[in-house]
Amino acid sequence: MITEKDTEHIAQLADIAIYREELAAFTSRFNEILEYFDILDTVEVMEYRNEKECNVLRDDEIVPSLPQERALANVKEQEEGFFKAPRVM
Amino acid sequence: MPGRSIEFHPDDRFFAFLRIIHNPQCGEGKLAGIPVAIKDNISTEGIETTCASRILAGYVPPYDATVVERIRREGAAIVGKTNMDEFGMGTTTENSAFGPTRNPADPSRVPGGSSGGSAAAIAGGLVPMALGTDTGGSIRCPAAFCGIVGLKPTYGRVSRYGLIAYANSLEQIGPMAGTVTDVNRLMGVIAGYDPRDSTSLDMPFRHEPDPDIRGVKIGVPEEFFGEGVDPRVASVVWDGISVLEKKGAEIITCRMPSMACALAAYYVTCTSEASSNLARFDGVRYGPAADSKKTWHESFQERRREGFGEEVRRRIMLGTFALSSGYYGKYYAKAQAARNNVRADFARLFREVDALAGPTMPTVAFRFGEKSDPLSMYLSDILTVPANLAGVPAISVPCGKVENLPVGLQITGCWMEDERVIDIAYAFEQGRSP
Repeated sequence: MITEKDTEHIAQLADIAIYREELAAFTSRFNEILEYFDILDTVEVMEYRNEKECNVLRDDEIVPSLPQERALANVKEQEEGFFKAPRVM
Repeated sequence: MPGRSIEFHPDDRFFAFLRIIHNPQCGEGKLAGIPVAIKDNISTEGIETTCASRILAGYVPPYDATVVERIRREGAAIVGKTNMDEFGMGTTTENSAFGPTRNPADPSRVPGGSSGGSAAAIAGGLVPMALGTDTGGSIRCPAAFCGIVGLKPTYGRVSRYGLIAYANSLEQIGPMAGTVTDVNRLMGVIAGYDPRDSTSLDMPFRHEPDPDIRGVKIGVPEEFFGEGVDPRVASVVWDGISVLEKKGAEIITCRMPSMACALAAYYVTCTSEASSNLARFDGVRYGPAADSKKTWHESFQERRREGFGEEVRRRIMLGTFALSSGYYGKYYAKAQAARNNVRADFARLFREVDALAGPTMPTVAFRFGEKSDPLSMYLSDILTVPANLAGVPAISVPCGKVENLPVGLQITGCWMEDERVIDIAYAFEQGRSP
């Protein structure tokens, strides 16, 4: 069982603030879903490997990419051609 | 590019579109002058793309997704961006931050989701074809609910470059249209190798639908008609399967035990991937700006609480929890074992049969608000998620009605055999026409 305190902690980990008034409903729905996930405890592992499925790698060649000004086109705050982010500390 | 354009002024009474382009450019090619609608999680250069989320309001992609580039190159007119569940997270299109789309077959019902806008635009007669994306059924569900055709291709067959990621290991862009022929045509344009997607497969798609299915073996797993499947839907789908039999297919009943854990495996996997993918929405590089005067976490959390809807926040939190230390083994690791069992089951079945058939959705389209409890909404994806977990192709084709609401027949094929599921769907479409 997840408590309201746990929900707040998970929200913190996920960097998602949660409104006080949502906390009870979020927690109870969370528990319903987690209870459903318990079915995974019954999984018995079958031996299987698809040999054909793999990542296709390309050569690491330098090709033209998005110009800096277009990469910054959707930025609200920038400084000297860089994104401006909130301070970390 | 020559300056040819078309006029596009649809009466969008079902709210299929988030954005309409009234005078789109078009050109010459396989789709010359054809209006094509694009789901709003696929990047379109110069056209706002929001994933139906407030957190991306105002975002104008600086480049085209590969699929959009290919559609433009073949002369199609991109006529607008369609509504969806926010970031593809939903089965009804009610989770759009901008309001729900209505089902043209019955406007008091949902169109399904998450590609509900694309399906409604086709079913409502506004466009002949559209692009959707399918992470756990998001093309096939709305195709079934609205009475159109939708294909989730084999994983890797269509480039995901420019698709705003929700759950990378599960999702594919795919074609939606009123007929199997048009789905095939659009697939022919969007499929093919793309060096910008490292999961892209070098397997060209050049195909003409062939309705001859004599001798094709079609398996029907018992589990596809299990608990939760409306008996009226089951009966319409069995009638559809008998059409395939009349066209010369051999119908074989079988079992797929891995279905028992498939839905839980799917939801653990997609929420885990979402928790990582959606971390990029911080208001720094795009979308409404974060307050740079506040500290990183404060500003980030505030922005995300206001920008993401409830279901998106729930899935990010579920994924964060499933991956957190102490719970990883119980949830994520077990989900991957269950996912592998689904793959193993398909591999075994496809040694005995050429394709599988069953209902696309357990029920007909829901009424608005009917699935307000998240778990009950998740459960309605049980028949579509196995194809995503295994990466195999699956198509939904209209096969009849229950109380005037469309029902979809789902054909699932072996890995890389998109052509075969198209042929079976085509044979069915031809076979049931009077």
